Amino acid sequence: MKKTFLTAALVVVMTATGFAQSSVVKVGIILGFTGPIESLTQDMAPGAELAFKEASDSGLFLGGKRIKVIRGDSTCVDAAAATAVAERLVTSDKVVAIMGAACSGATTAVVNNVSVPNGVVTISPSATSPALSTIKDKGYFFRTAPSDARQGQVLAQVAIDRGIKKIAVTFTNNDYGKGLADSFVSGFKKLGGKVTINAPHEDGKADYSAEVGALAASGADELAVLGYVDQGGLGIIQASLDAGAFKRFVVGDGMIGQSIIDRIGDDMIGTFGTLPGGVSEGRAKFVQMATKAGINGEGPYVTTSYDAAALIVLAMQAAGSTNRSAIRSKVMMVANAPGEKILPGELAKGLKILKAGGDVDYVGASSVEFNDVGEVFGTYREMEIKKSFQLIQVR
Amino acid sequence: MTEGPEFLNALILLSNYVVLPAITYGSQLALGALGVTLVFGILRFSNFAHGDTMAFGAMVTILFTWWFQSLGISFGQLPTALLALPVGILFTIVILLLTDRLVYRYYRRIKSKPITFVMLSVGVMFVMTGLVRFIIGPKDQNFADGARFIFKARDFKKWAGLSEGLALRSSQLITIVVTMLLVAALFWFLQKTKAGKSMRAYSDNEELALLSGINPDTVVRVTWILTAVLATTAGLLYSLDKSFKPFVFFQLLLPIFASAIVGGLGKPIGAIAGGFIIAFSEVCLTYVYRKFLIYLLPESMEPETLVQLLSTEYKFAVSFIILVLVLLIAPTGLFKGKVV
Repeated sequence: MKKTFLTAALVVVMTATGFAQSSVVKVGIILGFTGPIESLTQDMAPGAELAFKEASDSGLFLGGKRIKVIRGDSTCVDAAAATAVAERLVTSDKVVAIMGAACSGATTAVVNNVSVPNGVVTISPSATSPALSTIKDKGYFFRTAPSDARQGQVLAQVAIDRGIKKIAVTFTNNDYGKGLADSFVSGFKKLGGKVTINAPHEDGKADYSAEVGALAASGADELAVLGYVDQGGLGIIQASLDAGAFKRFVVGDGMIGQSIIDRIGDDMIGTFGTLPGGVSEGRAKFVQMATKAGINGEGPYVTTSYDAAALIVLAMQAAGSTNRSAIRSKVMMVANAPGEKILPGELAKGLKILKAGGDVDYVGASSVEFNDVGEVFGTYREMEIKKSFQLIQVR
Repeated sequence: MTEGPEFLNALILLSNYVVLPAITYGSQLALGALGVTLVFGILRFSNFAHGDTMAFGAMVTILFTWWFQSLGISFGQLPTALLALPVGILFTIVILLLTDRLVYRYYRRIKSKPITFVMLSVGVMFVMTGLVRFIIGPKDQNFADGARFIFKARDFKKWAGLSEGLALRSSQLITIVVTMLLVAALFWFLQKTKAGKSMRAYSDNEELALLSGINPDTVVRVTWILTAVLATTAGLLYSLDKSFKPFVFFQLLLPIFASAIVGGLGKPIGAIAGGFIIAFSEVCLTYVYRKFLIYLLPESMEPETLVQLLSTEYKFAVSFIILVLVLLIAPTGLFKGKVV
C-alpha cells in the first residue's frame, strides 16, 4: 500500500517535471559579467533577453513554449572558467543553445571544449578575432560581430574606390594596429594597389618627424594611419601636415573622433575612414525598443546580442524542436536570404511564417547576413571629414 | 613627373626632412646638454634630474601661458609661451636653489663622493617627476598659439616651382634663434664677467679658486641659476616644437647625456657640438633615402628598396650606441672633457 502510494507520488512528480520541461526551453547566455568588459555586458545580456522574452510572449514559439535564460560568467580572460561554466550549462542545466561568449579567448575555449564535443549551437555577439574564422567548429559556431580582418578589406576598397593606387601605411604597434594593417595591406594589394611602406609607430612620443620622413620618402602620396586618435596617430598626422608630406589621410576606426578635428582644424578636411556598424531601419527600431526596456541600445555589441538571441529562437522554430543538431542546420537558413525580411520586434511574424513552413531572412538590428563560415560580413560606415566626420555611405 | 632641376629637388627634400628637423632637435639637445655639462663641470656630478627639471620649467611656463591666454594677453604672431618663459625660469630657479639647500649642500659640506651626488640627483628626479605629474598630469598638453608656419610646403612649391616643398615652422625658427642668443649670452657671461670667470676658475681647480678668494656659495648659486635658465628654455622649446608630455623628458635624458659626453663633459662648446652630432645621427640613420636617390641617380640605377639604414623605432638606440662607443674609444669626448 505504502509502496503503491510512493510509486504513485513519484509518477505524479515525474509527470509534473516532464510537463514543466516540455513547456520551458532553456538557453544559456555566457558573457564576461565580471572582468575587463563587465561594463559592456550590462547591456548586452538584457539586449539578448529582450529577444527571448519577445519570443516567449508571442505565444507562437514552438507551440506556446517559454524560454528560460540561464546566465553564466565567462570572465572574459580566464579560459578555464569559461569552459567550466559552459560545461555546467550544457551538461547539468541542459541548455539547448548558447548565446556567447563575449571575448575572443573565452569564446575559443567554449567552442573547442564544450560546444563542439557536445554539439551545441553557440552564437557570439562580440568575439572579433580573425582566428575564429578558421576554428574547427563543425558548423556549431556563429558570430554576429564582424571579424577584425574585415575592416581592413573594407577600408582598402574605400581607398581604391577613391582612386588611390599607391599608399604608405603606418599602424600603432599593438595587436589591433598590426591586425588591421595586415588585412588592409593584403586587401589593398589584392585590389591592385601598391603599398610602399608598412611601418609601425609607437604611441606616446612627442616627435614623429622621423617616422613621417620615412613614410614620405617611400614615394607614396597618400598615407593610411591605423592608430589612435589621441595617441601616435595624431602625432603622425600633425607631423605630416607640418612637413607638407601628406595632405589627406585614410584612417581606421581608432582614428575617428571629433578631437582630431578640434586639434588640427581645416587641414583635416578630405580625410576619410571606416567605422563599424551600419545605419539601418532595424538598428533605429531596436534602439527604440531597447530604450523602452531601459537598455542602452546604442552601446557596443548590444544590437548583435539581440540578433544572436533572435537567431537562436528562429532556428529552433524552423527546426520545430529543441534538438541541438536540428537547430544547427537551420541557423544559416533563417539568417540569410531568401525569405521574408524580419526586423527587431517582428519575431512573432517570423515565428508564424516558420511555423507555416515558410522561410525568413533575419535582418535584425545589425543587418545580419552570414558568410559560409557562419560569421557576418559586417557593415561599416564610410566617413569623411567635411566640417566634421560625416557619413558618406554604408558598406 | 618632376618639375625643376632634379638636384635642387633632392636638396630641398633633404632640407625639409633631415637638415631642418635635425638642426631644431640639435639646438634643443644642445641647450639641455649645456645644463648637464655646467653642473658636471662646476658641481662635479651627473645630474639625472635635469630632464625633469626641463619638464618642471616647461610646465610652469605652460601654466602661466594658459593664464595669460585667459587674460587675453598675446604676443602677436609669436607664441604667448615666450612671454611666460621668464616666469617659468624664475620658478625653476627657486626650486633648484631650494633642492640645493635641502639636498646637495649638506653632502657638499661633508665632501661626499661624486657617486653620492649622482644617487641624490636620481632621488631628486623621482620627486620632480612626481611633482610635475601631480600638478599638470601625465597627459599631452596643448598650449601653442600664434602663427604656426613661417611658410608652408605648398606655398614654397608654388614660389620655387619645384616638385618638393620646404616648410618652416615658427617653432623651428624660434628654437634656432633663441638657442643662438642664449648660447652667445652664456659664452659672453662665462668669458667676460667676473662671476663667469670665477666659475671657470672653480671648475678648473677648486682648491686654487678657493685660495684666490672666490666665494664657493656664489659660484654654486650662479650655476644653478644658469642651469634653470637653460633647462626651462630647452624644455619649453622642445614642447613648443613637438609636444609637452612629462614622460618624454625622462626619455630625453639619454640623448642629452650622450650629447654632453660626446662633446666632452664640462665643456660648453662640446655640449653644443654633441647636441648636433646626436641629432643629425638620429635623423640621418633612420631616414629613407629612396626618393632622394631617385632624384640624383639615373633612372637605370633607381633603388627598389627603401634605402633606410635603421627603422625609426630604433631612434633612441642611435644615441645609446654613440654613447657606448665614445665611452669605450675616447672617454674624454671631442673637446677633451672630464672623464666620468
